[in-house]
Amino acid sequence: MRRFFLALSLLLLMAGHAYAIDPGEALNDPALEGRARAISSELRCLVCQNESIEESHADLAKDLRLLVRKRVLAGDSDQQVLDYVVARYGAFVLLKPPFEPATWALWFGPLGLLICGGLGVFLFFRRPRREAQAPLGADEVEALRRLTGPE
Amino acid sequence: MFAEIGHFALVLALAIALVQTFVPLYGAHVRDRGLMAIAVPAAVVQFVCIAAAFMALEQAFIVSDFSIKLVADNSHAAKPLFYKIAGVWGNHEGSMVLWVFILSLFGALVALFGNNLPDALKARVLAVQGSIGVAFLLFILITSNPFIRLDPAPFEGSGLNPLLQDPGLASHPPFLYTGYVGFSMAFSFAVAALIEGKVDASWARWVRPWTLLAWTALTIGIALGSWWAYYTLGWGGYWFWDPVENASLLPWLAGTALLHSAVVLEKRGTLKSWTVLLAILAFSLSLIGTFLVRSGVLTSVHAFATDPRRGFAILIIICLFIGGALSLYAWRAPLLKTGALFAPMSREGALILNNLLLAAATAAVFIGTLYPLLLDSLGGPKISVGPPYFNATFGPIMLPLLFVVPFGPFLAWKRADAAAAAQRLTVAALIALAVGIAAYAVHHRGPWLAPLGIALGAWLIAGSFSETAYRVRLFRIPLEESLKKARHLPRSAWGTALAHAGLGVTLIGIVGVTAWRQEVVTAIPVGGRIEIGGYSLLLKDVRGLVGPNYQATEGVFEVSENGAFLTYMQPQKRFFPVEKQETTKTAIHTNLVSDLYVVIGDRDDEKRWSVRVYYNPLVPLIWIGVVVMGFGGLVSLLDRRLRVGAPAPARSRRLAAAQPAE
Repeated sequence: MRRFFLALSLLLLMAGHAYAIDPGEALNDPALEGRARAISSELRCLVCQNESIEESHADLAKDLRLLVRKRVLAGDSDQQVLDYVVARYGAFVLLKPPFEPATWALWFGPLGLLICGGLGVFLFFRRPRREAQAPLGADEVEALRRLTGPE
Repeated sequence: MFAEIGHFALVLALAIALVQTFVPLYGAHVRDRGLMAIAVPAAVVQFVCIAAAFMALEQAFIVSDFSIKLVADNSHAAKPLFYKIAGVWGNHEGSMVLWVFILSLFGALVALFGNNLPDALKARVLAVQGSIGVAFLLFILITSNPFIRLDPAPFEGSGLNPLLQDPGLASHPPFLYTGYVGFSMAFSFAVAALIEGKVDASWARWVRPWTLLAWTALTIGIALGSWWAYYTLGWGGYWFWDPVENASLLPWLAGTALLHSAVVLEKRGTLKSWTVLLAILAFSLSLIGTFLVRSGVLTSVHAFATDPRRGFAILIIICLFIGGALSLYAWRAPLLKTGALFAPMSREGALILNNLLLAAATAAVFIGTLYPLLLDSLGGPKISVGPPYFNATFGPIMLPLLFVVPFGPFLAWKRADAAAAAQRLTVAALIALAVGIAAYAVHHRGPWLAPLGIALGAWLIAGSFSETAYRVRLFRIPLEESLKKARHLPRSAWGTALAHAGLGVTLIGIVGVTAWRQEVVTAIPVGGRIEIGGYSLLLKDVRGLVGPNYQATEGVFEVSENGAFLTYMQPQKRFFPVEKQETTKTAIHTNLVSDLYVVIGDRDDEKRWSVRVYYNPLVPLIWIGVVVMGFGGLVSLLDRRLRVGAPAPARSRRLAAAQPAE
């Protein structure tokens, strides 16, 4: 179920999956081109502000797009292509930061807050009741309904 | 001379804001009605002064007075009048003047229309509002004076960034700032309540309209920004998880949570300290957003100013207000008595779930936006946090929220019957199922998750109106009577249904364009043809054009659908000689369900033009949905019980009080 939600959200929120490629850049094999695009959208255009190389019109982005396609054509796996680029440009180039001690707080933060919040809500409902509340009897419910109308 | 008057008006406004801050606060403390009453004229006069300064700046831009440095740096005589007017906030100094202008406008509105507020609360609210004015007026006068003169004055100005010369972006800041600054009202009410140590249902009733107004404006502002990005940046993206976008999303998320928790406080008198905390957080996030954009910490198209002194000054303001408010909160919030009890399965419980998920989503965006800055400043490794991170964190938090939205309005206060709520949503579930199947039938080749996303959107729309249908007893009593009941339904109920349904419409747009977009990127000579999404585009001609302050290359495409002529589309590439910048002007043909999107690029050696064509199905629904959401906010705002300020006639007030709210 969790994987389902993850996949659905990935699909829903690939916000503005944008394409800036120029004519002639795309690979002829649609499967390889699809892979190249997925990889490109995870790589940052280093001379731009917060754009992936897939979205950017900068020359460097174009060079990197061509590089990614060259590696994909050469038979690299997706991870190998990413590693190849990281080896040259550093982890800064990854739009999805690596999972390491320095980014634990980044990756666990939202989930941790959700869990803490959930715990807080749980305790909120478990707090000692100041007065025991007996459920309303059937006659009381009826009386209440008459008073408040059909709402 | 106008500039000097404007400058003087700002100084005067600062002096008045100081009076507005301290005198009423002291008056409320010693219970002196006379001192408290000073808040009202002070707020009004402060607004008049800042309005005068704003007008003086407008005047300088409109007549192109290049003896003023700001105008010389950011304007040009050949610029169209509309962009001269909007040019005032197209730069750091001017946008800060717009900021305090809206701030003082809110203050004046509370002063003039807040007749039903208790004296002490009103005095304290206006005092807190005044203190925000003091901080930002000081900031403007010390670090960002817009009225500095140049001697000798240059003959011509250096122009405005061409990307900003656009109707969407020109009108985006006023909406955005109305939203940002509008949350200052909730903040002022929260701090005033903490000083008094009293928060009750009537407090929530006073806060809600201001929050709703801010939220509606912010919703429209964000939509304008994203729409601008869609048609301007030339590749059809609409949301980039850019830090500047996130800066506007953060207060929106917190404000949405605040709107919902304030309902609980108003109707049931509980969740007091949480609501006060949210009110503080919503404005704090607005301030942080202002800091992120204005300090130049993030350099992007939006951050035209990179002056560390300014960033530092805003940082101090942030620390003072957020730190001060949170300390006050820690000290005084325990005084707020928890209110009525309720079961987990109840309207209150559902709204707590809403708040929990929205808070977690806010945290995801907040952490993702600030983490690289924090890590960098602590000497850690440089990292980038981009869309893949937000997709993996924000998405899974928001999806369950979207799924449960329709249940909320069906749950009763205190203790609810979940099975009954689910039963009343059967029709909506069936509609969602049918829509999902239909989507699959049409697009079974696309990603298999897309029909589920469409179904979720349909569920939100149908589910939201199920509640209205249930309340007017649609199809169970004669239609005439249903319509009569619908007319008498409180406007806030319509507002809720519209806002929730708008969310569904937006979702369908996002899913549609993400899953089924088509693109052709190619180079064609004049006379070449492109086929896409059932359309055929013929490049008839490419010609040169001269605009008021730019030169353009324009492609003329003849578009036909199923062999019949449909329209001409004329994308341009513009060159602004003053600013020495190039922009693309996309051509978009929309039928409100899908867009055909054409961009023209350069000519290659073989005289072929590089052309990008996108077929974006359902994309207009993204903004239609947001407009519906904003409209929902507006309808809610017109509810007689929330009508901003204007004292309701006694009769309708009694009526409203007698009616259960939702």
